[in-house]
Amino acid sequence: MSFINYSSREINCKIVYYGPGLCGKTTNLQFIYNRTKPEAKGKMISLATETERTLFFDFLPLSLGDIRGFKTRFHLYTVPGQVFYDASRKLILKGVDGVVFVADSQRDREEANLESLDNLKQNLKEQGTSLDQVPHVIQYNKRDLPNVCSVLELRKSLNPTGVPDFEAVASQGDGVFETLKTIAKLVLVELRSSK
Amino acid sequence: MPSTQMIMYEEEYQKISSILDQLCQDAKSKACYLVDQNGQLIAQAGQTQGIDATSLASLTAGSIAATSGLAKLLGEQHFSVLFHEGKDQHIHLTSVGGQIILVVLFDQRSTIGLVRLRVKKYSQQLSQVFTLLEEKASNTSPSAQMGEITDDDIDSLFREDLDQLFRES
Repeated sequence: MSFINYSSREINCKIVYYGPGLCGKTTNLQFIYNRTKPEAKGKMISLATETERTLFFDFLPLSLGDIRGFKTRFHLYTVPGQVFYDASRKLILKGVDGVVFVADSQRDREEANLESLDNLKQNLKEQGTSLDQVPHVIQYNKRDLPNVCSVLELRKSLNPTGVPDFEAVASQGDGVFETLKTIAKLVLVELRSSK
Repeated sequence: MPSTQMIMYEEEYQKISSILDQLCQDAKSKACYLVDQNGQLIAQAGQTQGIDATSLASLTAGSIAATSGLAKLLGEQHFSVLFHEGKDQHIHLTSVGGQIILVVLFDQRSTIGLVRLRVKKYSQQLSQVFTLLEEKASNTSPSAQMGEITDDDIDSLFREDLDQLFRES
């Protein structure tokens, strides 16, 4: 749910990074946090276990500049990817304005990707919406690892509708900002055009 | 999407701020915050200096969301109050009208009883303002609200300004 504040001239939007466990959602946010100028970012919060697996969510507030005097603020969240944290994923997905689906390109994670994508669709359905109605992009992460599926294969199974997609190596930052910029833009365009 | 959207106007913002100020004084609290259920800060009052309000908003919304999840699990409609007791500071969280979270931060100058009493009183007033806001928003389409912003404006944000924010380190 976006929040337009005419008093403080701000547009606030929520973007959620979704995907299977260990696909690199937190790594995306960490890279963004490390490479963004201090004036454009707030504190990054990670509610994680001792082994640095996301327990509830990661949170990073970003200001991406002004449009006609409105400050554009984006709240980036990640969900916990592990299957058994579904209750938490549902909570975080509430009021989402845009989704980045981070897929793990490794061949042995094909099934995990599909399971997570189905889970995303199901959880959106429970909110009375669908993936088609929510601006979203797909990121094929871990392209530097051996034994990865080809982009064509990934596209065929995860992106049949042809939404914007990106190859990435989030640990090195490849594709991270391209993904962020595209989803942020899609969200603003949707917000402007929504009836 | 977005299916629902909150829009805050100057007039209602002033009303909300003045209610929060009053609550802060009457409850003898340190600070009060109003947060939407998705973790976005709406307004604040009191001694808010030195407190990261954006993080506070996100974490309190997470806390309320997790508590609502627990309530559902147990077959309760909701748990109306959440209270965190610290050594020197305490946080009282309440959901107002299911959409808004009222956060009251207080210390030894006040008591949980007083805070609860005042929160109850001012929640009703806040609820009325948000009902008005909802009515106002439902009579105006988001595209009308954003009408002054063009696709070109959005394009230019992503063409020029953004790369300057992301620097190589």
